[in-house]
Amino acid sequence: MDYFYFPLERWTNTFVDEWFLPTFGNAFDTVSNGLNAFIGGVTDLLLFIPAELFTLIIAAIAWRLSGRNLAIFTVIGFLFIGSVDLWTEAMQTLSIVIVATLVSLIVGIPIGIFSAMNDRILNIVKPILDFMQTLPSFVYLIPAVLLFGLGGVPAVIATFIFAAPPAVRMTNLGIRSVSKEVVEASRAFGSTKRQLLFKVQLPLAVPSIMAGVNQTIMLSLSMAVIASMIGAPGLGASVLTAISRVNIGLGLSAGLGIVVLAIVLDRITQGIGQGRV
Amino acid sequence: MSKIEVNGLTKVFGSHPKQGLKMLDEDYSKDEILEKTGNTVGVNKASFKVENGEFFVIMGLSGSGKSTLIRLINRLIEPTAGEVLIDGEDITKMNKDQLIETRRQKLGMVFQNFGLFPHRTVMGNVYYGLEIQGVEKGEREKRAQKAIEDVGLKGYENSYPHELSGGMQQRVGLARALANDTDILLMDEAFSALDPLIRKEMQDELLKLQTKLGKTVLFITHDLDEALKLGDRIAIMKDGQIVQIGTSEDILENPANQYVSNFVKDVDRSKVLDAATVMRKPEVLITYKDGPRMAVRKMEEVGASSIFVVDRDDQFKGLLTIDDAIRAYKEKISMEEVLITGVHQTAPDTPLNDLIGVAADAKYPIAVVDEGRLVGIVSRVSILSGLVLGKEKVEVAN
Repeated sequence: MDYFYFPLERWTNTFVDEWFLPTFGNAFDTVSNGLNAFIGGVTDLLLFIPAELFTLIIAAIAWRLSGRNLAIFTVIGFLFIGSVDLWTEAMQTLSIVIVATLVSLIVGIPIGIFSAMNDRILNIVKPILDFMQTLPSFVYLIPAVLLFGLGGVPAVIATFIFAAPPAVRMTNLGIRSVSKEVVEASRAFGSTKRQLLFKVQLPLAVPSIMAGVNQTIMLSLSMAVIASMIGAPGLGASVLTAISRVNIGLGLSAGLGIVVLAIVLDRITQGIGQGRV
Repeated sequence: MSKIEVNGLTKVFGSHPKQGLKMLDEDYSKDEILEKTGNTVGVNKASFKVENGEFFVIMGLSGSGKSTLIRLINRLIEPTAGEVLIDGEDITKMNKDQLIETRRQKLGMVFQNFGLFPHRTVMGNVYYGLEIQGVEKGEREKRAQKAIEDVGLKGYENSYPHELSGGMQQRVGLARALANDTDILLMDEAFSALDPLIRKEMQDELLKLQTKLGKTVLFITHDLDEALKLGDRIAIMKDGQIVQIGTSEDILENPANQYVSNFVKDVDRSKVLDAATVMRKPEVLITYKDGPRMAVRKMEEVGASSIFVVDRDDQFKGLLTIDDAIRAYKEKISMEEVLITGVHQTAPDTPLNDLIGVAADAKYPIAVVDEGRLVGIVSRVSILSGLVLGKEKVEVAN
């Protein structure tokens, strides 16, 4: 099939090296520094809180939003993480998850709202989301490293690409599935578009949006190991070390640590979605 | 000036509404337009006027365009052509802000499936319209409270819609529309989702409220009985067109075409026709001054066995039988003493439905009395022929 040669590889590299980086390098550095400080701040805060106190806080939240069982599970799970000496790694992973989730929501929810208001925007956004979700993550790890260097920042960016789509989709879906008659009622009484959105559509879309938040958090966690390949610290890095040294014990401990975080975060955000706030 | 005036209002759904509109002008039918252009005609050149304080019902089967029509009036759906004058101002030409202002100040709406905000309490639902206008909390709660009491939901202010029955939810819907204190209420199949008993109750209360508050009501229904019961006037819609506008009696007695007459064929006339429609003028009346002898003569003249008696001002006094009249004449006692005053009386607007039982028991015709004056009499025969034949034929039969 080699009727002609399509030099995509060379073109891309030339484009990035000759034009893109020189032009936008500074902008990316600014973003990178900002995100780096953000991640560092969150990590420092999580590590500053004594592990015992942190466990109690999370257990209390779990009790409130889910129930006693989750609270007990949280205490046992966190005790396990501490006892296998992975507390610092767990907090590093958690801070990347928190920052990636926040960035995903800050960008994703407004895009979801605009998509719900306008079919044309949705038609543009949809294929982009499909693209973000199906593109193998290793493909965008390379430019992420190139643009943001190694460490937590490219991890957050890569995680954002992978985890933001559910936030957009579920926000869009939640707003669009508000009953037509309820929207009509709001309009018939003379609501402006803004009043319709903030007083009717968004409050009614909250369960759906929270399901999106839940998905975003889960996907962020599932990126932990992959992100560690570009230097993100945390439980993922431990798993990676375990793989390279064929250390099954370390792999299991770090892997279970990720599972503990996943279960606790999942149940807590589900509780919020079911209106237990 | 009419409260609502609709002229040539048209809605064509689809990608090329202008083309559909042109074909409508060329008298193509709804089906032909759908086939040729893929456009659906929702409403086809509807025109009507609703006066202040009138209860105007638009009746049609599903797909007749009635729900589209009511949404064109407050522009929840954008009209393709035509005008809608609310207090003389054309809503179709308003900009966004004027439209919102008109909806807030003039148009309340009640929905078939209630359209309540599930995340708000009854109180929160009812003051929604005031809240978005920026009415401060104390004031809007006060006004919402009044509307809640008007619809009989006192005590449920803090309940959520899902905790209420269908009938109560629709009361919330009604209160929400009342709280804004708009002159016009648009009601889209407001009672269709309720079970028959609750529906009847709500109809009665709506009529009472309308009398009390003097609202102009535009009511959509697919139920002819409901239309006949509620409407001062009724518009019947078919395939997006209004085929007839008139009072219940007009519609029943002079259907504009086969479609309407098929429709009204099975209507329970006893609920629609009233005493005034079937009553006839009593052939003879006598006053006190005529005396018993005159009474006997008049009865003999027409071959009747009894006669109604009124005083000089036509005020109804009672019934005199021929036997009593003869007795009074022979025994020289006054007519007043032999007069039967216990004759059944009824008002002209009593539905026949309510008269059937009375007529079955009554020995004499029922007197139709309006403010004390005898205006007519209703016999068993006239009720029966009224039910079977309708108004005009009654006159002939009498």
